[in-house]
Amino acid sequence: MNFTIDLTGFVAVYIFMLAAFAGWVIIGRVPAILHTPLMSGSNFVHGIVVVGGLFALLNASTVTLQAIGFCAVLLGAGNVAGGYAVTVRMLAMFKPSSHEAAPGAVLPLPAKKS
Amino acid sequence: MIIQLTHLVIGAVDLVAAFLFMFGLKRMSSPVTAPSGIFVAGIGMLVAVLASFLYAFDVSADAKPFLWINIGLGAAALLAGGGLAWLSGKKVAMTAMPQMVALYNGMGGGAAGAIAAVELFGGKAQGPTQLVVTLLGALIGSISLSGSLIAWAKLDEILNKPMRFWGQQAFNTLALLITIAVGGYIVFIIQSGSPPLLTMPQLIMLFFACALAYGILMTLPIGGADMPVVISIYNAATGLAVGLEGFVLQNPALMIAGMVVGAAGLLLTLLMARAMNRSVSNILFTNFGTVVEEKQGDIKGELKPTEAADAAIAMRYASSVIVVPGYGLAAAQAQQKLYEFVKLLQSSGVSVKFAIHPVAGRMPGQMDVLLAEAGVPYDLIFQLDDINDEFKTTDVSLVIGANDVVNPAARTEKTSPIYGMPILNADQSKQVYVIKRGQGKGYAGIMNQLFFSPNCNMVYGDAAAVLGKMIEAVRGLSSKAA
Repeated sequence: MNFTIDLTGFVAVYIFMLAAFAGWVIIGRVPAILHTPLMSGSNFVHGIVVVGGLFALLNASTVTLQAIGFCAVLLGAGNVAGGYAVTVRMLAMFKPSSHEAAPGAVLPLPAKKS
Repeated sequence: MIIQLTHLVIGAVDLVAAFLFMFGLKRMSSPVTAPSGIFVAGIGMLVAVLASFLYAFDVSADAKPFLWINIGLGAAALLAGGGLAWLSGKKVAMTAMPQMVALYNGMGGGAAGAIAAVELFGGKAQGPTQLVVTLLGALIGSISLSGSLIAWAKLDEILNKPMRFWGQQAFNTLALLITIAVGGYIVFIIQSGSPPLLTMPQLIMLFFACALAYGILMTLPIGGADMPVVISIYNAATGLAVGLEGFVLQNPALMIAGMVVGAAGLLLTLLMARAMNRSVSNILFTNFGTVVEEKQGDIKGELKPTEAADAAIAMRYASSVIVVPGYGLAAAQAQQKLYEFVKLLQSSGVSVKFAIHPVAGRMPGQMDVLLAEAGVPYDLIFQLDDINDEFKTTDVSLVIGANDVVNPAARTEKTSPIYGMPILNADQSKQVYVIKRGQGKGYAGIMNQLFFSPNCNMVYGDAAAVLGKMIEAVRGLSSKAA
């Protein structure tokens, strides 16, 4: 069995196209009220670059490559941890009017005052 | 055998991570499910990072002797970079969030650029497609790194003024063309094998230096008010760079996550630009604010100052109030006071709503976060499209620290720099109170006709102090009644 991944030519282009479309559709539904946490959340998601940094560092064979690889992991880890910390903090602040609000309700309108 | 197993585990974990990222982002479409959304994305990230240490079983032969050192370096970099960023993220004030997001984003761009540098210096990138994609990712990542740092410095007010000089756009374009030319030359040399003018490491360094310089040059002339759009663009750029480097490393998790963020960032950028009624290229390549119209449209009427207490009592006896907060509210750190006042009004039976303009604050949605921090429930917060028709039937609009987003000139004054920008229709309510520090102008540097209209009164002073007086006035009223 061979589990190496080979993404060349059109296969790669298809992945890019579908991922871009998915990103567009997923984000298009986010209400404006959540745009800041969304931006920091998507910022956190591209922190996955740290995985690429680790791959580059583990395969480094000279001091120069080790130094650059170290920077890649350092910066990537900062991206991940920072992005996660601020997103969680911001999302924890969004509270509905009453705590009895039905779970799953999307942006309930405030009760009309008579 | 062990190598096969390594690939199987990493492949499976990355697949799960890619799914969790998209599932997590999807759950961020409602305030109710969003906290669990970022949590599942976090799980995906954690397992992906841990699994990537399994690459140690399948390193190239020349890297074998350094394996333990490299593992140690990797762990140290993770702890140091992750630890510092975690602490800063936990401490940063909500008003400073835009520059923090810019900083973390720049780090991601830098990481993508560094990966490209490892590929190039190590001579691992072979073949024209690989080389071009590596260089493209390096270019975008480097621009995102240096550009985000400039954006951070501007938002943090280390750099105050946009820096502009004659022929700047031509100069910047030239810088970009030189960067691309150096990149093209690198591809040509590696492909043709002909002797280069400089040594290969020198060429690569020159390429990165040019790309980083272009990021700085491109961001310097952009004004502070446009920074939300710029952060959003660099967020998309980093995503794209990560996706491209993911292709170079043949890692589908990076490709998918990077491209999802790239598309998402692009969409957010377009939404922001639309809210400012400007095209993205207009924001990036025209120096907004340099050609402020000296000639004002005829402004009729006069500014009518009023006391904070009088305004407060008028709102207490109104049946509906819409609050329009702007960045001035956050600058005065008056969000808590505002909500305290709003709660007093609510307990007197006044219906209070908050109306948020898409460009209120320094990044999209920042004003929503600042209100949420002060404890305002999200179901009282309304966006422009959802509330704009309600101003007509509202008794009082209370405008705090906002200016251009309620300027009716955007609807009528064709010569105005903000003409065509969607605005909140505060002027259509029966009475408008504007809390403002002084008689200054908005970001766009133009006078606001709303302030002169017959149904508008000005309450001058620091937002926190004025709201303090308003709270006192309403409390005094109810204690007298009791």
